Amino acid sequence: MQNQASYITFLTRLADNNLILGHRLSEWCGHGPELEQDIALINVALDLIGQSRFLYQKIGDLEQKTEDQIAYFRDAGQFYNLLLCELPNEHFGTTILRQYLYDQFHYLVLEQLISSSDEFLVSYAKKSIKEVEYHVMQSKAWVIRLGDGTEKSHQKIKASLDKLWPYTDEFFMMDSVEDPLLEAEKIKKQWLVKVNQTLSEATLEAPEQTWPQKGGKWGKHTEHLGFILADMQFLQRAYPDAKAW
Amino acid sequence: MNITSGTEEEVTMDEIGTITDFIQDEAGHGLYLYSAMETLGKSRDQSLQELIDGKAKYSSIFNYPTTSWADIGAIGWLVDGAAIVNQVALQRTSYGPYARAMVKICKEESFHQRQGFEIMMTLANGTKAQKQMAQEALNKIWWPALMMFGPSDKESVHSQKSMAWKIKRQSNDELRQEFVDMTVPQAELLGLTIPDPDLKFNKKTGHYDFGPINWDEFYAVIHGHGPCNKERLEARRKAQEEGEWVKEAALAHAKKQRNLNAA
Repeated sequence: MQNQASYITFLTRLADNNLILGHRLSEWCGHGPELEQDIALINVALDLIGQSRFLYQKIGDLEQKTEDQIAYFRDAGQFYNLLLCELPNEHFGTTILRQYLYDQFHYLVLEQLISSSDEFLVSYAKKSIKEVEYHVMQSKAWVIRLGDGTEKSHQKIKASLDKLWPYTDEFFMMDSVEDPLLEAEKIKKQWLVKVNQTLSEATLEAPEQTWPQKGGKWGKHTEHLGFILADMQFLQRAYPDAKAW
Repeated sequence: MNITSGTEEEVTMDEIGTITDFIQDEAGHGLYLYSAMETLGKSRDQSLQELIDGKAKYSSIFNYPTTSWADIGAIGWLVDGAAIVNQVALQRTSYGPYARAMVKICKEESFHQRQGFEIMMTLANGTKAQKQMAQEALNKIWWPALMMFGPSDKESVHSQKSMAWKIKRQSNDELRQEFVDMTVPQAELLGLTIPDPDLKFNKKTGHYDFGPINWDEFYAVIHGHGPCNKERLEARRKAQEEGEWVKEAALAHAKKQRNLNAA
């Protein structure tokens, strides 16, 4: 078994991915291309934020903190989410592709955690995988629709793919924090098979991986995260005396 | 969370969930009602287009800015509170699809209203700054909330016909009075002051008397001159414009699939 600090980092990475991506998705609330899509995106956002809470509460138990202290009183350097999760929404194509690339990875991670020896992670994974199964279905269907839709949609999502692809390698860069709990190589192999299948249905092709963008997992972020935190943490930071909201 | 086109901030982990849920419910209500309108022969796309073109009317309240967390509470408490008073009456409207949509909407709205009231309660019992934030939100939203019931019965153009057809079951002024009677004790419970020096319980009528409504402001807002009318419609227009290629792609893909299946 790992030491506690490493276990907490493991949980924090999972939680931060979900919170930051959930926040990004919530920015679509009221702005989706159709009412149904608006509602669907926000459903996913709520699931992810809910999953992050489950993890922050566990971390809170271990560190004697509240979930709010963990979410609202850390600065960018103490967030350990994947860089992909903090990238801007841009248009619907970029958002839904970012979502698919993450959902597919997220699903495989949870699948492995279900058979881990850690009771908490098993319960977390069992609860979450039901939701993530649906997330994959939804984002995958849209990647295929846009890739295989019109010439315009094809070009747009192709450009999104070129832009997002360099951020996917970070998924599989696992270190001593994750090694005891996840098999990176296996996840990477399965992920590539699934993603290539989907891309081919979408008449797209994975670009060559040239220079991976990485750092979020170790607290080194893009310029975007600070703005997310400013938006997200404003009230708690502006009124630190308030005991409840 | 950049919810809708406002400037809201997230507050606690618990609340970002509920508030996002809330907005999502509202989008769902839009769907039910557009569907009810489809039964009268107007397509959903047509209804949305009329909104974007500025032809369809929508509640005047949405043209006011939301600038603090307390506004979120006050909107839930007062705006959804006013909506419930309206909508409870509409559950008995004579048009079936409308009445049935209202039953479901009322359940969710009353959840929003309770959530809004709870936010106000927490703020009113919080620090001095929080209580002040709550009072400012009440000051801002009280009068626009009263205007939500529409012009007074004397001035209302559509009321007579709607009442005759039993689409509307109670008049604007009756509903407004019901709302005031319901809300004053709630404000007292919160320890907040309703911004109306004329507000007083009238023992003879058993209702609260309240001061004059600024109808000039009301008509200015419904004619497009509220602080946010242009922004609100612009946000709708932008979502439609930027979503067009997505809808086209989905249709094109569906057509390809149909051709594949037919072949």
